[in-house]
Amino acid sequence: MGAPGFVMYEEEFKLISAVLEKLVKDSNSRMVFLVDKNGQLIAAAGETENLDTTSLASLTAGNIAATGGLAKLLGEREFSILFHEGEKDNLHINLIGQRVILVVIFDDRSTLGLVRLRVKKSSEELAAIFDRLMKKAEAEATAGQASPFSEITDEDIENLFRE
Amino acid sequence: MSFINYSSREINCKIVYYGPGLGGKTTNLQYIFEKTNPQARGKMISLATETERTLFFDFLPLSLGAIRGFRVRFHLYTVPGQVFYDASRKLILKGVDGVVFVADAQEERLEANIESMENLKQNLQEHGYDIDKIPLVVQYNKMDLPNAMKVEELRAQLNPKNWPDFTACAKTGEGVFDTLKAVAKLVLQELKSGK
Repeated sequence: MGAPGFVMYEEEFKLISAVLEKLVKDSNSRMVFLVDKNGQLIAAAGETENLDTTSLASLTAGNIAATGGLAKLLGEREFSILFHEGEKDNLHINLIGQRVILVVIFDDRSTLGLVRLRVKKSSEELAAIFDRLMKKAEAEATAGQASPFSEITDEDIENLFRE
Repeated sequence: MSFINYSSREINCKIVYYGPGLGGKTTNLQYIFEKTNPQARGKMISLATETERTLFFDFLPLSLGAIRGFRVRFHLYTVPGQVFYDASRKLILKGVDGVVFVADAQEERLEANIESMENLKQNLQEHGYDIDKIPLVVQYNKMDLPNAMKVEELRAQLNPKNWPDFTACAKTGEGVFDTLKAVAKLVLQELKSGK
């Protein structure tokens, strides 16, 4: 298979989490999370305790994928920002560098203007981190750095399925 | 495209259930959801029409346990099977690690199965995957029905490449977990071979 897996390292994860924490504070939002375009949750910050973040991530990615499909039909490359307005909570979703999706959930303690302003700055920071991350993953792959899975045995796999 | 997270020590893989409309893709996921320990699974999400036809996708996250200290998680998706939902169907295949093709064993659905298999091949290609290289398992569903074709016939028509295949009755659960295990194993073996 051609497509290499997406890899997240401890160091970059900390940097990303710090950006998200700051965004929650600066934008006065309830929570912020980052999802890859295939629907995997990468990181989250804010009031995430009572939220099913896995489902949220998958639906967000589906939403972005559907919107991307619409964009193509209209001859647009993408619609990079989505906004959903609710009675209490609002969702601001934007694409970063064609790779990851930043989602901000905010209520009336914040405003769309403030969120957009803060998201813009955070997106630039996140894009830089992801650039670095991709380069690092590529470098490790070409250096022949073994993935933690290159040494698993058939028995390891069997064991997963033992009742 | 698997997602290896060194920070949370997790590995996430995406499996897509593909096949013709009303073939039992959603039923497969529902059975897995019902029979899996609640601690090992998340919520099942179905984006369906009022008549319970899949509109966009079903989604079920599963946690399988750990390999070498990494928690192995699978995200199961179904596609809408109806022919006219092709645009949505294509989107779901993005980033797929393994495919389960759920065929409807009823004789009158043979054409639909063949068409769907061809559609899978094309849509995979558009995402840059080769159907001959991606982990793929075939399930012949509804084998309990009186108008079901024989396995040998189904195999000859739908599985010339000799992918691992299973007979099933998704409603009662027969063959459902065998299929899931087979595709999960293929995906993990692919990871092991490390690309």
